[in-house]
Amino acid sequence: MNLAYRDIRHKLGRFLLTCVGLGLLLGVVLAMIGIYRGLVVDALTIARAPGIDIWIVEANTRGPFAEASRVPGDTREAVARIAGVAAAGSITYQTVEAPYRGEKLRLYVIGYEPTRPGGPPEIAAGRSIARNHYEMIADRSAGVSLGDRIQLGRNTFTVVGLTQHQVNSGGDPAVYITLPDAQKLQFDLAPPAARVQTARGAGAAARDTVNAVVARLQPNASAEAVAETVRRWKHLSAITQGEQETILSRSLVDRARRQIGLFTSLLLIVSAVIIALIIYTMTMDKLKQIATLKLIGAPDRTIVGMIVQQALALGFIGFALGATLIVNIKDWFPRRVVLEPDNVLVLGLIVFAVCLAASGLGVRAALKVDPATALGG
Amino acid sequence: MAEPANASPLVRIDRVSKHFGEGETRVDALREVSLDVYPRQVVALLGPSGSGKTTLLNIVGCILDASSGTMDLDGETVLRDGRWQRGDLRRLRLEKIGFIFQFHNLLPFLDATDNVAVVLKLAGVDMSAARKRAAELLDYLEVGHRRTAMPAKLSGGEAQRVAIARALANRPRIILADEPTAALDSKRARIVMDLLRKLAIEQEAAIIAVTHDEKIFDRFDHIFQLRDGRLDEPSAAADDPAEVPSG
Repeated sequence: MNLAYRDIRHKLGRFLLTCVGLGLLLGVVLAMIGIYRGLVVDALTIARAPGIDIWIVEANTRGPFAEASRVPGDTREAVARIAGVAAAGSITYQTVEAPYRGEKLRLYVIGYEPTRPGGPPEIAAGRSIARNHYEMIADRSAGVSLGDRIQLGRNTFTVVGLTQHQVNSGGDPAVYITLPDAQKLQFDLAPPAARVQTARGAGAAARDTVNAVVARLQPNASAEAVAETVRRWKHLSAITQGEQETILSRSLVDRARRQIGLFTSLLLIVSAVIIALIIYTMTMDKLKQIATLKLIGAPDRTIVGMIVQQALALGFIGFALGATLIVNIKDWFPRRVVLEPDNVLVLGLIVFAVCLAASGLGVRAALKVDPATALGG
Repeated sequence: MAEPANASPLVRIDRVSKHFGEGETRVDALREVSLDVYPRQVVALLGPSGSGKTTLLNIVGCILDASSGTMDLDGETVLRDGRWQRGDLRRLRLEKIGFIFQFHNLLPFLDATDNVAVVLKLAGVDMSAARKRAAELLDYLEVGHRRTAMPAKLSGGEAQRVAIARALANRPRIILADEPTAALDSKRARIVMDLLRKLAIEQEAAIIAVTHDEKIFDRFDHIFQLRDGRLDEPSAAADDPAEVPSG
């Protein structure tokens, strides 16, 4: 005869309603953890997309994500000739707002050389860029479809391929276009401004500028040695892939990461307090019954067991409801929610520990009950 | 009180006192109370509010210690000079004492059978045997037809019978009843008291009841009056008191 189970069954509706409430709260905690993880994953996605080993950026910068970086376009050729470099490619990044179906579509435009490193990691639908101009590969999160035509600057691009989960640290969907198109988009002056420059005798600004050069190394090459070679050129800095990821996760999204982390911690504390109060209230509702059980000879372990089992059942069911809810709706969030099994497991263990600790308040109240209170009215 | 021949008391209380607080706030709840209750006897404790009835019942029920005095339960000295002689009073209550409450105090989440069986389960009896014994007791108390009913669905009389079955489950020799008929009408109160008298005789038990219910006074063998913590001489109440065992 399990008293905890029988008591729950007796007030099943109320118990399940409490579980649903707790489940929603734990679902929010899980969502925050997922958003936190998603933020980090998103920040690293674009940096990991090219599958390269070294980033060559403007001297004394930590570009191209954390800081602005501009390097000459011919840097790629110089880098490609360094011993140990298997391939190198030029790359540009910029954020634009493009008109799309009557609305503004915020896009993270990546310019790359289709035959060199720097492009999308894989195409989920459609094909790669095959022409030198006006073709685009867009991420599905932009909401565009194959064949859609999107205006960037003064040119219109056709979506020929789709990627999955390629967004920048701000959550803006990435689109890939050829490097010349990207350079034109980023560095060409608008016609009136160009005419003013021509009228005052200034030559056309050099357009062969990129934000970074990325390099893939040969299998046995040392990234650090290649980086050292690059750093000898005073106008360049070299950042290994590991360093770039550290910059992104520790610097670029650090404040947002800490903010979400702090909020998640607060939510966990609130959850703990609410679980403790629920268990305490459930126990207080049963003081007369507990007194009766004590009077008729029930040992403390029976009473403690009843309270702890109910606390754990509450936590387990609430957690299962919350996890099921979030797993099923996470793709509807505007930003990526990444829930790994280890995240769910860790939160499950935390909820287990919180329930155990929270039941302490109820157990304390139950153990203090005088069996004599069962006598009399 | 008159002591039955060839019988040992199931409850022997010898000069038990209990006070709460010290100095100016000291309250003497019991003053050198002595009382013997024999098998097959049903006795009542009467007295105005604050006279010490509940305190005495709590001491006999081993849920409140005394300041001084000695108490034997079923031949075992459990209290001497105000100190418990056993560490495990919970076990003592489970094995030797049955409790009947004013408002039955059935566990609302267990049906009638399990409310009785829970006591046996706590005593270590396996569940199927506990349920069998519970069913027998409910049949004996004529509420067998309500064995699957939850307490909220039982009438006052039925609930009190289930509570009596629970008190009897471990075959205790001492049954303590706190206002057992307070929640019942006259007819049901008499039925319950007749039942308790029958049980006292059949199970060789001693029943001590705290009551204010004058309509059942004639159902007691002896009535003890408590005034200001002192016990008056008992008066025989029942026209046909229970027979005492011959030994």
